[in-house]
Amino acid sequence: MGAVSATADERVAKVSVFRRLLMKPELGAVIGAILIFLFFSFLSPVFHSAAGIANWLDPASTIGIMAVAVAMLMIGGHFDLSAGVQIGSAGLIVGILTTHFHLFIWASIAVSLVVVLAIGAFNGYLVVRTGLPSFIITLATFLMLQGLNLGLTKLIINTVQVGGIREEPGYDSAKAVFASQFTLFGQEFQITILWWILWTALATWILMHTRFGNWTFATGGDRNASRNVGVPVKSTTIKLFMIVSAAAWFVGTTEALRLGSMQANAGFGRELIFIVAAVIGGCLLTGGYGSAIGAAIGALIFGMTSQGIVYAGWDSDWFKFFLGAMLLLAVLSNEYVRRRAATQKKG
Amino acid sequence: MTMAPETAIDAPVLELRNVSKYFGSVISLKDISTSVRAGEVTCILGDNGAGKSTLIKTLSGVYQPDEGEVLMDGQPITLDSPRAALDAGIATVFQDLAVVPLMSVWRNFFLGSEPTKGKGPFKRFDQATAKSIARKELKDMGIDIRDPDQAVGTLSGGERQSVAIARAVYFGARVLILDEPTSALGVKQAGVVLKYIVQARDRGLAVVFITHNPHHAFPVGDRFLILNRGHSMGDFAKNEITREELTAMMAGGAELEQLAHELSRDSADPQVREAGREFKDEAADLGIAD
Repeated sequence: MGAVSATADERVAKVSVFRRLLMKPELGAVIGAILIFLFFSFLSPVFHSAAGIANWLDPASTIGIMAVAVAMLMIGGHFDLSAGVQIGSAGLIVGILTTHFHLFIWASIAVSLVVVLAIGAFNGYLVVRTGLPSFIITLATFLMLQGLNLGLTKLIINTVQVGGIREEPGYDSAKAVFASQFTLFGQEFQITILWWILWTALATWILMHTRFGNWTFATGGDRNASRNVGVPVKSTTIKLFMIVSAAAWFVGTTEALRLGSMQANAGFGRELIFIVAAVIGGCLLTGGYGSAIGAAIGALIFGMTSQGIVYAGWDSDWFKFFLGAMLLLAVLSNEYVRRRAATQKKG
Repeated sequence: MTMAPETAIDAPVLELRNVSKYFGSVISLKDISTSVRAGEVTCILGDNGAGKSTLIKTLSGVYQPDEGEVLMDGQPITLDSPRAALDAGIATVFQDLAVVPLMSVWRNFFLGSEPTKGKGPFKRFDQATAKSIARKELKDMGIDIRDPDQAVGTLSGGERQSVAIARAVYFGARVLILDEPTSALGVKQAGVVLKYIVQARDRGLAVVFITHNPHHAFPVGDRFLILNRGHSMGDFAKNEITREELTAMMAGGAELEQLAHELSRDSADPQVREAGREFKDEAADLGIAD
């Protein structure tokens, strides 16, 4: 074995460090994040102060937890348009069960997890069973959940806002886990930032170092080929949808606990943000390629841009333009990398 | 009487007896018999629509025969799914190769059968083992992959084919079925793949090599089954047939002769007549026309 690995093949040496870096899916996002950080730091000194950093890391963290899960699903070759509205469902279940039915808060959180995981399993099952594009299946789930969130909330509590979660027993312990702050260098940061790092590390480990991760890349890369070599394509797909749901549960619970209340229309329209963050992070829309770290950095870019524009004193309408431009750049560079990676050698 | 016991021990690894397959009123395969032994290559030849694909799918468990039987080591078996065929030691390398282009060579090599280490929630893909085995196996097959970390999509057609073959060999296949492995390749690449077929054979595998090219089949084959429109045109051992006869049977000699005549006589264009003459000469060399 030693002889094999020690043999310095002169053709291998040609692959430079630079090209190896170029093949990393998250490279573009890292460069983008550095440039955006420098850009807004230059425009406003507050941007890179401890308070400023805490401020833009907060939105980045919740978007990041979702983007990492959505990236895993995208690598597996699917979309989940119901990801945003599931956040709302998760938060509403926690809110209504504790405030209206006076279920102990941790029990409500557990019920919320079970229900949202079931939604994910439903999405995944329909996708593998029908073979229809996940885009259309989850669009249907998205619409149905949107209706259910509003309809059921009104039916049960006669209003569209669940309030008063803070007064329920057990709130403090739940808040400590999901929605507390920690102090670093004299600055308070949201604990979701730590959770975001943990989710990213876990997702990276799963993707790169487990069989399930290998199957995720394979399922997204070529479903038929994967099936032919014995990859459990169907169960992998269903589990990926459930991972997105688990992330939605986490973020939904966090938001309900942080605010002490939940709007029945919470989460609508955020699903695209997660997909954009994953794509900026290097995920291919066609599946089979991408990284969790990339998606986390994509979310960071989101957080920095949304807050940076405020610090720079610009009209916040520019945010959308920036985002669109970044998405376009990301898609173009991803496409270039994909072509480099998948081009057949001649001869 | 030394022949009888020898035959019993030396039963073919895989044998088809009078296999037929119908799709509604379409006769896809009719009364096909052939066999493949360990350390031998059986070639299945036929033009498009001859029933080659149906035959492979029957051998690899995708279809079940409507009549006749499949025997493994002399015992009848039922292959009711691709997984069952795999478990019986029948590995099929389909034309699409079942590789994922964006994934690295070593990840593809172990896809679906990844080695693991660690326990419980820390069970993980043993990448170091996977990489070193993939590199060693490819090298042992005489396959020279520069870097196992490179994406399979960047390999040439012949190299991809060789990765798929090496994978089947490593995962304990006793029968290796290759579906038109040389059809999309250039001359040099096809030669490389033929070399891997010989390698697999020398390692004691029973190889079923499907092709429509008698020039690829003849040098490596020990047995030849020729299909035409779902029927067997014959099942020959190598010493029973010559390359020319094989080519003639494959092409449907009479039709080719007719074409050669038409080209050489009926055209006013001297260039076409010339091409026709050359074609006829070549056909004569192959023993198709005179």
